[in-house]
Amino acid sequence: MIDRPVGNGTTSASSYLRTGPGSGAIDRTISDVPLKTVYGPEDVKRVEPQPGEYPYTRGIHPNGYRDRLWTMRQFAGFGNAKQTNERYHFLLSQGQMGLSVAFDMPTLMGYDSDAPQARGEVGKCGVAIDSLRDMERLFEGIDMGAITTSMTINGPAAIAVAQYVAAAEKKGISRKLLGGTIQADILKEYIAQKEWIFPPRPHMRVITDMIEFCTAEMPKWNTISISGYHIREAGSTAAQELAFTLADGFAYVEAAMARGLDVDAFAPRLSFFFNSHIDFFEEIAKFRAARRIYAKRMRERYGAKNPRSWQLRFHTQTAGCSATAQQPENNIVRVAFEAMAAVLGGTQSLHTNSMDEVLALPTEKSVEIALRTQQVLAYETNVTNVVDPLGGSYFVESLTDEMERQAEAYFAQIEEYGGVIEAIEAGFFQKEIAEASYRYQRSIESKDRIIVGVNHFQREEEQLDMDLLKITEEVAREQARSLNELRTTRDANAVATALDRLERACRDERDNVMPHLIDCVNAYCTEGEIVETMAKVYGRYTERSVF
Amino acid sequence: MANRPLRIVVAKAGLDGHDRGAKVIARALRDAGMEVIYTGLFQTPEQIVQTAIQEDADGIGLSILSGAHMTLFPLVLEQLKAQGADDIVFFGGGTIPPEDAVELKKLGVKAVFTPGAPLQEIIDFVEAECGKRRELVG
Repeated sequence: MIDRPVGNGTTSASSYLRTGPGSGAIDRTISDVPLKTVYGPEDVKRVEPQPGEYPYTRGIHPNGYRDRLWTMRQFAGFGNAKQTNERYHFLLSQGQMGLSVAFDMPTLMGYDSDAPQARGEVGKCGVAIDSLRDMERLFEGIDMGAITTSMTINGPAAIAVAQYVAAAEKKGISRKLLGGTIQADILKEYIAQKEWIFPPRPHMRVITDMIEFCTAEMPKWNTISISGYHIREAGSTAAQELAFTLADGFAYVEAAMARGLDVDAFAPRLSFFFNSHIDFFEEIAKFRAARRIYAKRMRERYGAKNPRSWQLRFHTQTAGCSATAQQPENNIVRVAFEAMAAVLGGTQSLHTNSMDEVLALPTEKSVEIALRTQQVLAYETNVTNVVDPLGGSYFVESLTDEMERQAEAYFAQIEEYGGVIEAIEAGFFQKEIAEASYRYQRSIESKDRIIVGVNHFQREEEQLDMDLLKITEEVAREQARSLNELRTTRDANAVATALDRLERACRDERDNVMPHLIDCVNAYCTEGEIVETMAKVYGRYTERSVF
Repeated sequence: MANRPLRIVVAKAGLDGHDRGAKVIARALRDAGMEVIYTGLFQTPEQIVQTAIQEDADGIGLSILSGAHMTLFPLVLEQLKAQGADDIVFFGGGTIPPEDAVELKKLGVKAVFTPGAPLQEIIDFVEAECGKRRELVG
């Protein structure tokens, strides 16, 4: 017998019967794949090759997590660089293996902290980085040559890489030694996350410049993290997340090849970033299908010869959108299931969300629980000893095929538009996602889908008994003071010259903007000034909204 | 005039690109028979209030998931007062901690909905409050 909370949803015979509408007895996955009661040999088309073998459905490493666990990488950033630097020192001391920078909205959108657009947003959902000076503070006391860093930034990604390189080189660490990943996935911004600056075509040019630069100068740097996470958070299904993300990935591959880069020179450093939602087996099937589709495409269509170019590596984050504000402690449990799906799906690194993120930035305590969840998974559950333990499961193999089938159908639709950028311009992805998210919400309203604590098993009186992290407006004032001081003390001529050269590079398609960005950063140009200069040439993007 | 459907402006302010909730709400209100004007992203408080006045809206629903709610909600309220439009029902939602929601309600935000709020609850609220306003204003 299950213990039931008091209040709505107390024990009654009817709450155990799973028939009829509104009973939560949905017999489909989130992507609307109908589920049979039992699967058998007739549902499996083939026997997949072993892990480590093409097309890597079962994993890219023959020994899975036996050789190496996934990287536990908690995304963190808030307030100013000094506060975030302290959180990084804490996380590293707790056994975290890599850093992951969350920037605040103004930084993500290319505005300085004292811009009018930044009102109320400074340091709120990430750290405020206005200039190289903030980047230096962010990594104070941290050996940038020894850790790996993931930076979640897209519109101004090239500027963030320039700042990271400059901050390291000031410490005497060569750019050649820098390991990590920059998200830099601008296509999904137009599709889902909406943190764009310039229109798609010039943005693609800057990203391609960055790929070209990193391929030549930063051998340990992953140049782009093609992200489905935000597509999913915006309300897509698993199949849409899979299809749209891979389509974006192929668009970057095609752009870099069109630049004349050899596919095997850059492809091994592309990586992916997926969401792990609550529909357990569908998520595992999605990860497996992603590897297979990618490997086949890279080899067959783009002619990659290096097996590393065929292998899809990915980071996973548990689904923020599956967390609930009601009874937030329940999110710990959701996160544990989602994290296990990611691990059974063979993720290379993982962020587990904290239970309170649906209400505010996480406190140190809730971040610790989230990290401990990964450690329990890694060290206690014994799921790490066998590679792809669900391989050969009639159900999971069949669902993997179905994910692939749905993705291929979407690829065909995107191609009809003429490609990803054209489909963005037509509002195709945006509309598909809006439809899916509305359907999902409706299924919750009708109780076809039960969310514990939300539409069933609610507490009669919801009382939040939890400390939340508060970011004060003092951060904004401090950043503004610091910017003022910077603008009066730096070499104004060096700033003007660097910005002028950058503008010329933006106008000249044959030039690469990256070295000019590094010069700007080293002259202590602010992010806002750099973006403003580039926007003079490229303009700013505005979206036609559909709902 | 009296029988025209309720008109609601669904707004996104500041630099916050999280528009999933706003779009779902916009669509749900529309499906409930209201006329919905979605502002799109990155609006200033001034623009939002202007839109509401120009569209003769009965209500404004503001969605904020970036943590800037304690700045942007009060700025919209200020604009509503400054424009003499504070009879427009102003409500909102997003990742808003309970104590901030209490504070915002004190300032004059009619309702604050957090993740997980049932659509029907929001629709009922909008119909009731904006309906009352319609009766008063005519």
